[in-house]
Amino acid sequence: MGPASMKTAEPEMEKTFTVSIFTEDRVGMLNRVTIIFTRRHLNIASITASESEVPGVFRYTIVLNATRGQVDKVVGQLERLVDVLKAFVHEEEDVVHQEIALYKVRTGALLNGEVERVIRGNHARVLSVDPEFLVIEKTGHVQETQQLFEQLKPFGILEFARSGRVAVTKPMKELSTYLKELEAKEQPATDNWQLTTDN
Amino acid sequence: MNDMKTMNCTGAQAVIRALLAENVTTIFGYPGGAIMPIYDALYDHRDALNHVLVRHEQGAIHAAQGYARATGGTGVVFATSGPGATNLITGLADAQIDSTPLVCITGQVASALLGTDAFQETDVMGISMPVTKWNVQVTRAEEIPAALAKAFHIARTGRPGPVLVDITKDAQFGALDFAYEPCVRIRSYHPKPELPLAALQEAARLLDGASKPFMVIGQGVLLAHAEEELLRFAEKTGIPVASTLLGLGAFPCDHPLYVGFVGMHGDYAPNIKTNECDVLLAVGMRFDDRVTGDVSRYAKQAKVVHIDIDAAEIGKIITPHVPVHADAKDALRELTTLVQARRHPDWLREFQEAKRVEVETLAENAMPAEELKMDEVVQLLSARTRGEALVVTDVGQHQMVAARHYRYRKTRSNITSGGLGTMGFALPAAIGAKLAAPEKTVVAVIGDGGFQMTLQELGTIMQSKVAVKVLILNNRFLGMVRQWQQLFFEKRYSFTEMVSPDFVALAKAYGIEANRVEAKDGLDEGLSRMLAHEGPYLLEVMVAKEENVFPMIPTGASVSEIRLA
Repeated sequence: MGPASMKTAEPEMEKTFTVSIFTEDRVGMLNRVTIIFTRRHLNIASITASESEVPGVFRYTIVLNATRGQVDKVVGQLERLVDVLKAFVHEEEDVVHQEIALYKVRTGALLNGEVERVIRGNHARVLSVDPEFLVIEKTGHVQETQQLFEQLKPFGILEFARSGRVAVTKPMKELSTYLKELEAKEQPATDNWQLTTDN
Repeated sequence: MNDMKTMNCTGAQAVIRALLAENVTTIFGYPGGAIMPIYDALYDHRDALNHVLVRHEQGAIHAAQGYARATGGTGVVFATSGPGATNLITGLADAQIDSTPLVCITGQVASALLGTDAFQETDVMGISMPVTKWNVQVTRAEEIPAALAKAFHIARTGRPGPVLVDITKDAQFGALDFAYEPCVRIRSYHPKPELPLAALQEAARLLDGASKPFMVIGQGVLLAHAEEELLRFAEKTGIPVASTLLGLGAFPCDHPLYVGFVGMHGDYAPNIKTNECDVLLAVGMRFDDRVTGDVSRYAKQAKVVHIDIDAAEIGKIITPHVPVHADAKDALRELTTLVQARRHPDWLREFQEAKRVEVETLAENAMPAEELKMDEVVQLLSARTRGEALVVTDVGQHQMVAARHYRYRKTRSNITSGGLGTMGFALPAAIGAKLAAPEKTVVAVIGDGGFQMTLQELGTIMQSKVAVKVLILNNRFLGMVRQWQQLFFEKRYSFTEMVSPDFVALAKAYGIEANRVEAKDGLDEGLSRMLAHEGPYLLEVMVAKEENVFPMIPTGASVSEIRLA
């Protein structure tokens, strides 16, 4: 049939969302999850993956800016994946979240008392000291780790790394409860195809 | 299944045994280096498993799609690694968007060579991930039975789809104790939703109070085997029934409640009535853009009830007033008990009146009578086969003409590439359909462009003696694109005129009986000879070069703005 039809613009406002996805531990799972976003031209702001409190269940925490409509559809597509157990979408006020940042600066910079003041003032800590460099660690929201970055910049930052967001949700329902519900829902799948095939 | 437990089975033999355990009888495939152990194991079972050697892997997967859609079963494909696997991608994408259950088994280089750019190695998992319902790579022989059991379960349950199982060569050579347990549950996968009774009660309340209820059904009805439930529901409620392209055949076209086919080149009445009904009941369809036209002006006046087995489809395009996440068969059965028996004669008459307007307007604007038109060919085919043939169509003008003019009276009698719009689909799909339903007359209706995309499968027809009828409607153009160029690009016919070989001579080179019809007076005899012929047959019909398909909803227009000329 003919050329593709025009897209209608979504009038909704973009917001920051945290999407938590619980999956089986399988090769290629990260790829499966991310292509759902890329297909819709949604840019992932940050992503972290780790085993959840349930052994064998992985948790992906993805932060993105999008409209509510876009995110809800993405969650629908994620839950459709065979190996996804559950996906949740949260707005900023529904999650407690944290990031970690590491800053490598020249040890010589410490000789300037100002650096010590910056470290104290930001409640950061020194993780490692080497004759040539030291590594400062700061956990916090992105604004906080960014503030420390700006304040250390005049002294020369040799290297900087910031993690993606890790987040837990405020509602009290536990993952294991969802898993139990999923398993309770499960009736033996009937192969109605085999029973009613008309050939 | 203890009786099947045997020591020292190879991975390759395990593949064959798993297929036998799943009652597979037909495989479409093409051998190559990385799948040779499986082909070797197949050699011992070539009586129980009918392997159809195609001429290109794309032909194999489209044939498997045709097979699956003709039976409601699962199509099975074998292909080798690298190019064999990449040649499946178009078919996977087609099966994914059209919800066709397939299990594709691809050979892969030995696991030690993965990621080394070995000969015929490609990242099949990565490439096929976006176009499969599920895929898995197996690197150890003992994983093969469970992987295949899971593959079949996932392919055919819930909203069906294609699954790919990539098996490394060392896994095929490896040894295992074979035991086959069909997969019945996967913790993270819930294909059969619980029937939402409250939603169905709400739907029944809306339908009982409706004065202009309207139903649009899709392939979900066929996939759920819900044809009888649909018929009973429609006859109790008296609701007019329209079909999407892929739903054709799920409801008999000659039924008094059938009002036509919706969408861009669908019938006039069901398209305009979409924007006049008060309750729109959508069953097993997904509001594709070719169905809705401008979504912001689609059925805005109506209360929408959407029944679908795929939760992600509900609210994806149209937010329904009553979402019904359910299997169409269960939902229609329950809904039939909940609704009142009603009749809507005045409302139905509105459809008949709109139909009359369509017929008259199209006749007024028809092309000169001497030229042979596609709709005449399809109408005559429909009459000569009494609407009982299995019609496989390709993509383009002829596809829309067939959908509008063939009077499908039987379920599973319409196989076409809907969502992906894959030219080249029809010839191999017809091969699969004929092998699945040998008792049926299978006619592949194809344009001159689409035929040349997969015409190498004439070789498969020849070798496997598949008695399909190939009806080429040759307008010497890529007709649909040419129509758009005429209407929207100032007749700038950029690369749509096509010079083709002598299709009759070509068919004869493959040992296939063939004939050509060049004028109206030869059409009836030409079609009759094709249908009466025992074996495969190719009939080329020369049709008008610049015929347009109307009605038509131009891109961006609303369904009410459907054009008749």
